[in-house]
Amino acid sequence: MNHIVIAPLLLPLFTGIFLLLLREQRIYVKRLIAGASGIALITIAFKLLCQVSDGTILVYALSDWSAPYGITLVADRLAAWMVMTTSLLSIFALIYAMHGTDREGRHFHIMFQLQLFGLNGAFLTGDLFNLFVFFEVLLLASYSLLLHGGGRKRIRSGLHFVVINVVGSSLFLFAVGTLYGVLGTLNMADLAIKVAATPPENLVLVHSAGMLLFAVFALKAALLPFYLWLPSAYSQTSAPSAALFAIMTKVGAYSILRIYTLIFGDHAGPLANLLEGWLLPMALLTIIIGTFGLLGSKRLRQQVSYLVVISAGTLLTGFSLDSAAGIAAGLYYLPHTTFATAAMFLLADLISKRRGLMEDRLDAGYVITQQKFLGAVFFALAILASGLPPLSGFLGKFMLLQAALDHPAIVFIMGIVLLNGLLTVIGLARSGSLMFYEAHAVDKSTNTYYSQVSPEPLNVRELLPVFSLLGLCLAMTIGAGSLTEFTAKTAAQLLDTSAYIEAVLSKGAP
Amino acid sequence: MEALISLLIGVLTAGGVYLCLRSHTFPVVLGLTLLSYAVNLFLFMMGRLVIGKPPIISESATGYADPVPQALVLTAIVISFAMTAFIIVLALKARTEMGNDHVDGKGVN
Repeated sequence: MNHIVIAPLLLPLFTGIFLLLLREQRIYVKRLIAGASGIALITIAFKLLCQVSDGTILVYALSDWSAPYGITLVADRLAAWMVMTTSLLSIFALIYAMHGTDREGRHFHIMFQLQLFGLNGAFLTGDLFNLFVFFEVLLLASYSLLLHGGGRKRIRSGLHFVVINVVGSSLFLFAVGTLYGVLGTLNMADLAIKVAATPPENLVLVHSAGMLLFAVFALKAALLPFYLWLPSAYSQTSAPSAALFAIMTKVGAYSILRIYTLIFGDHAGPLANLLEGWLLPMALLTIIIGTFGLLGSKRLRQQVSYLVVISAGTLLTGFSLDSAAGIAAGLYYLPHTTFATAAMFLLADLISKRRGLMEDRLDAGYVITQQKFLGAVFFALAILASGLPPLSGFLGKFMLLQAALDHPAIVFIMGIVLLNGLLTVIGLARSGSLMFYEAHAVDKSTNTYYSQVSPEPLNVRELLPVFSLLGLCLAMTIGAGSLTEFTAKTAAQLLDTSAYIEAVLSKGAP
Repeated sequence: MEALISLLIGVLTAGGVYLCLRSHTFPVVLGLTLLSYAVNLFLFMMGRLVIGKPPIISESATGYADPVPQALVLTAIVISFAMTAFIIVLALKARTEMGNDHVDGKGVN
């Protein structure tokens, strides 16, 4: 059996446990271990990606209990792509956290590793109940990361986040229970076969379970009626946590893509394409609301949180086109938007730390140290995030619109995505000019305000993650040819469910 | 028996939803607990109601109880227990930090 499939789970789990044992050690020891583990995770993710890139589907049966009875982990192109994105994002969030955030509480590194454990598990599992378990693992770790450092506002938004997610978990269990009660299995490949053969008297039950699951995933992905928790939670938490959380909404998007192509996809008989007519309008409305939020934001971090909402909407627009090209475009857009919003969160923190009491409020403040340099970085990231040429955001959106050309709702898709691009540019330009152009010069003799501003020089641990994430997006632009080829193949593999089902179930044959 | 159990699950869920919508953290925590009771019962019942039958293969058995929901519900109970413990601590923390137990922390902007 190929043990590399389980390695992305075991590495962060054991690192987390090991760090727990080293609780009393100096912070440098913990940083060293966490950093080494992060680099090892990237290596593993890359190896996994190489192994599945020729189209093989790696199946790992835990304790050799064959599917559908045992627990299976499945690594196909999509899963490896998501694990790769997570590992790249996490190392830069970690490096940024080493600039002081990890000192604010004792367990930052432990929770960070457990969060990675949950994320990788959710991407690699081939079993619906284990998807629930890994959701809980990543959520419990994210609660701690969200609240890391404490403070009134953080605790208030954290409380909302926790309550809504616990309710979401209950709904998930109701859906899982219904599916098991009717179909007698929870293995995704087996479910795909059983759903297609649902007896007519049980169709309503399976249909409602499918829609209930969609509600849960929409909650995680921050789609329209369920996005309200996101802006306050993400804008109040510490920057490295927010950067890592950029991937959390993508877990919801991933689950929607996986479940509704594999289990409720084209082959599901009477329940085929369950989300048709739901996903696209919800995704487009999410973009609209996100754009309004972005324009109305009073703080930079709030604005970046709305960028996350918009990116979830755009991503799911791609997935809802119901074509291989749409999914491929979405999969290219996914790492781009994750890296871009994460870099934005980190930069927002960099700026806010230097503005003293003004923090990240979008008002004209005083000139900050290295104003020109930070302004230039902000400008570059704004171009990246709003999808202007020549960077990867533009390519992603361009491919998405190209895939939508034949879609009956092309007018709405084109109009909303393009208008959103324009309004994002306006919103970010307004923030940039308020923070950088309209800043007043400081009169140090009369001003006590300036003493609050940290004139701290820019540190390499702060700048490296921002530039690396920017560099990753640049690399995605340059390597767009081979990457889009990969995502096109991923989409094709995803729509060809029989290969997945066969790989999982034949593996089980004794 | 089936009717009684489904009624029980329904009442627990309704109570849980009602309490979750209250404005203070204590009822909300209680509501989440009720919801998790309801969902655990629901999950357990998904293997159908079977009385006095073994869950593992035995030669003398005339029928079996489904062992999978029992395993699932055990996992779900552990998880919901941990979540409840976490949220109680968080609610207490919010009470001390904000000076009241309103979910929006009245008076905090």
